[in-house]
Amino acid sequence: MTARSSGTIILAATLGFAFLYLPIALLVLYSFNASRLVTVWGGFSTKWYAAMLENQSLLDAAWVTIRVGAVSATVALVLGTMAALALVRYGRFRGRGLFVGMVSAPLVMPEVITGLSLLLLFVALEWARGYWTIVIAHITFSMAYVAVVVQARLISFDTAIEEAAQDLGAPPLRAFFEITLPLIAPAMIAGWLLAFTLSLDDLVIASFTTGPGATTLPMKIYSSVRLGVTPEINAVCTVLIGAVTMGVIIASLSIKRETYPDRRRPGMVS
Amino acid sequence: MQPKSGTKGRRIAIAIPYVWLAVFFLAPFLIVLKISLSEPAVSIPPYLPLFEWTVGADNEERALSFFATAANFATLFADGLYANALVSSLKIAAIATIVALIIGFPMAYAIARAPDRFRHILLFLVILPFWTSFLIRVYAWIGILKTEGFLNLALRGVGVIDSPLTILYTDVAVYIGIVYTYLPFMILPIYAVLVRMDQSMIEAAIDLGCRPIRAFWLITVPLARPGIIAGCLLVFIPAVGEFVIPDLLGGSETLMIGHTLWVEFFNNRDWPLASAVALVLLVLLLAPMVYLRRYQLRTWSFEKP
Repeated sequence: MTARSSGTIILAATLGFAFLYLPIALLVLYSFNASRLVTVWGGFSTKWYAAMLENQSLLDAAWVTIRVGAVSATVALVLGTMAALALVRYGRFRGRGLFVGMVSAPLVMPEVITGLSLLLLFVALEWARGYWTIVIAHITFSMAYVAVVVQARLISFDTAIEEAAQDLGAPPLRAFFEITLPLIAPAMIAGWLLAFTLSLDDLVIASFTTGPGATTLPMKIYSSVRLGVTPEINAVCTVLIGAVTMGVIIASLSIKRETYPDRRRPGMVS
Repeated sequence: MQPKSGTKGRRIAIAIPYVWLAVFFLAPFLIVLKISLSEPAVSIPPYLPLFEWTVGADNEERALSFFATAANFATLFADGLYANALVSSLKIAAIATIVALIIGFPMAYAIARAPDRFRHILLFLVILPFWTSFLIRVYAWIGILKTEGFLNLALRGVGVIDSPLTILYTDVAVYIGIVYTYLPFMILPIYAVLVRMDQSMIEAAIDLGCRPIRAFWLITVPLARPGIIAGCLLVFIPAVGEFVIPDLLGGSETLMIGHTLWVEFFNNRDWPLASAVALVLLVLLLAPMVYLRRYQLRTWSFEKP
């Protein structure tokens, strides 16, 4: 690479990162704006955070969202890990092709289709829509993400350790809990966090599958945004961004300690 | 490796996610298909049944009546709105994908070639926005793009423009929104192939008298192809069915099929027509989805945090 072309690349990358981060930085900055006008700086203030904490319907929505996220991520973790084991470890079985398709399709399925089809299922089954239908919908799409993450980890480590444990007389279940599970644990943590943040983030699927009484934070933010940009929503968004960023940093630091950088598998670390 | 005595555990580990996906992922599509063939009605739920047991006068004779209609699909193709929305979604998604590639490739390249200690931080910086709320990232652009927003303030401050540009509520804003939110999906697969590339090939080419730019086109780009294809599909497929971006950033003339489906369902309450729209969209995206599968295991495994 010549000096000139690497200079161009660095410039392009810098602009690219500015593009990625500037909008978020502005949003965070203006959540501390004393002025109600979103683009006019009126001095530093935390009043929008105070307003946010007094907004009961916002807090209720946040609580619903956290509950949906925690429950759906946990179930998705179990189902997704099973699916990953089935795909990587359990060889051929009848209907494997269909299974592979069903596990990977939710990753790229447009949300409007997933949301609509699940709603029509719930209507056909005559289930009351609300908290639990959102949870089921979120489990369904996030288990696919967990499966992908755990699958990558399962492929990357040597099955010989498991086989050795079994050859030495460990029952399969014990070999699984004592050997396999600790090895895939970092991927499972990452998978849970991914499932949780995806659930926290979802507007479209939740809007389709919700019923009376179950309003999630994205639905609340969306309806406020439609009425106009307000500093209070900026404050809510800043809190969410802060929480997610902290979570991701903590998770990636804890995973990094257990996985070593490998040039051939760069994604395993960061 | 197959555990000899673990067949019971094996069967359970396959059966539970299998049944879950069959019930909550596969079955719903059959219902969408069923309802797309039903007639809309002013009732709860707002469509007529497709099958009905007709009971004879003597309560004995039963017959299965079948009321399928292709009217919803006929409406879909006859009414220019839906055809236009489909074409316009594909166009918007395609242009946004190309722009994302143009912005994303140099970024992926720079990260792959960065010194080890920076590489992980840079990669982390690409992944972080992907974790941050999609809705919030779209929302952040409203404050930037609106008439009295940051972009117009900055451009007027510098003196580039006299009167504010109208960007928000136009297709341009939709392009910006898609490129912005899906950029990490473009960068990560390209990065994954570039980082594994053997740098000595480029050096060999240059030693043999190849100009760097030519070496780039002859060696780097072909080797990065699987990553480029995967990245493009990962941006294109979800972008076609996008709802939030055209809804918040697009204008009244912005036509996107995901948005049309939403309006048909929530505002017009025409469930059969919405189902028909969903099916057409699905069929349209099936080919790129299957194509993506071929690259998925190679690329998705690198996207995990």
